[in-house]
Amino acid sequence: MEKVAIIGIGQVPVREYWDKSLRELGARALLNALEDAGRDQIDGLYVGNMMSGTLSEQEHLGALIADYAGFTGVESLKVEAACASGAAAFRQAVLAVASGQKQCVAAVGVEKLTEFSGRRASDALAEAADADFETSLGLTFVALNALVMQRFLYERKVNRDDFALFPMLAHRNAVHNPNAMFHHEITFDQYKKAKMIAEPINLLDSSPIADGAAAVIIVPAKAVNASNKRIVDVLASALATDSIALHDRPELLRLKAVEQSVKRALDSAGITLRDLSLFELHDAFSIMSILSLEASGIMSAEEALQKIKEGYFDISGSLPIATMGGLKGRGHPVGATGIYQIVEAVTQLRGQAPEPIQVAHPKYAMTQNIGGTGATVVTTILKGQN
Amino acid sequence: MDIPRYWRLKDQRYRLQGTVCEDCGHYSFPPRLVCPNCKSKRQKPFAFSGKGTVFSFTTIYQTIERYQDQVPYLVALIDLEEGVRITAQLTDVDSDEVEIGMPVEMVVRKFYADGDNGPIFYGYKFRPIATGS
Repeated sequence: MEKVAIIGIGQVPVREYWDKSLRELGARALLNALEDAGRDQIDGLYVGNMMSGTLSEQEHLGALIADYAGFTGVESLKVEAACASGAAAFRQAVLAVASGQKQCVAAVGVEKLTEFSGRRASDALAEAADADFETSLGLTFVALNALVMQRFLYERKVNRDDFALFPMLAHRNAVHNPNAMFHHEITFDQYKKAKMIAEPINLLDSSPIADGAAAVIIVPAKAVNASNKRIVDVLASALATDSIALHDRPELLRLKAVEQSVKRALDSAGITLRDLSLFELHDAFSIMSILSLEASGIMSAEEALQKIKEGYFDISGSLPIATMGGLKGRGHPVGATGIYQIVEAVTQLRGQAPEPIQVAHPKYAMTQNIGGTGATVVTTILKGQN
Repeated sequence: MDIPRYWRLKDQRYRLQGTVCEDCGHYSFPPRLVCPNCKSKRQKPFAFSGKGTVFSFTTIYQTIERYQDQVPYLVALIDLEEGVRITAQLTDVDSDEVEIGMPVEMVVRKFYADGDNGPIFYGYKFRPIATGS
């Protein structure tokens, strides 16, 4: 297999875009990434998206976005894996180049959640779960995460309020990211008073619905000048799955697909968790952050709730997370999120993050994109030229 | 409008019919083609007793379109006595009365109506088993 590298990144700010269509957002992110790469051609395009059919009445995004960006004729298709669609598309782009079939491939993540009212978005998000045996009985996507969190609180006997520090950290970092949806900090008091969505998950435990698009350009590593500080090597991209319905998991609190994808990624990259300079985790809900840290092998969930108090996950800490705001602060444009995480990790590895949130001398970055409540997990490991 | 779904799922919705593996005896709900335990494809129908305990639960305040008029309502993961976990709504109980480990039993109740003139869909929910009195 060919080694592959990322030579360009692009994004549009995460916002509520009433004035822009799905195709405009996707094509804009793609063109921004090509400009950043100094290229004007691609020979493959993978579009990560989950809900365009339900929320924009538009499928067939591969051909749609290729055409709208000026690449009619190029091999192009949509990749869907719920909230992990973005990184799943990235994974396909990596495989296309690594196999030697393609020379310059784009992975674009795009999602438009605000085309219809919020209620319709809740319906569409719930499509990530089991339609026959979860959603049609009245389960929402938040409710599934709430079932996990309720059980966690029962088994692990932690202080419920300690969860507040994860969304607070995400917002603190997002303030400095111009592409983030939120540019305000949140307080412990606001967290305590936030309204319940599905007990015990409140509004500030939850990442916001948003529109967005992000893109990366991938080429064979041998085709680029290794002394170029802007090049980022893709050391690993590993996808694993678990049962889609929570009731089919013998151990509810164990994210087995996280365990598997992290193990495969580390093995393939030839590094250990200790080598990581930062970790862009999938903080769709605060419970997901701590269970991801646990299943990734970084530390137990209880320890994570303590370590965050000591600044362990801050920009200057031992392992910075959500450095550009994470899903909570940057926003969670579902099928685009996995690509935003990779774009942000590349920004950090290049040393191009805004000064207050630039991690010092980063070498290796890990990103993790989770679909459903842990049913699809894609872990990516990147290396900068530092 | 998802009448085919309800017709197709009638044995599950009304009778909790799953499968039992003819090779290793593993129970499954919903029914399976392949045993998750031993990978055997010899699965035969099995109706669960409908008795179990609450494994986890939540009260939903914001929900999907077709359940909009029912909030707040309770849903739970329930461990059936045969050793299978199932997702369902809880009924005949207030949220402050529910706790993990509480014994519950299956009843058939209304899920939702498809608009003012459409059919009403029914299926399994779980209620507390009366204890003491």
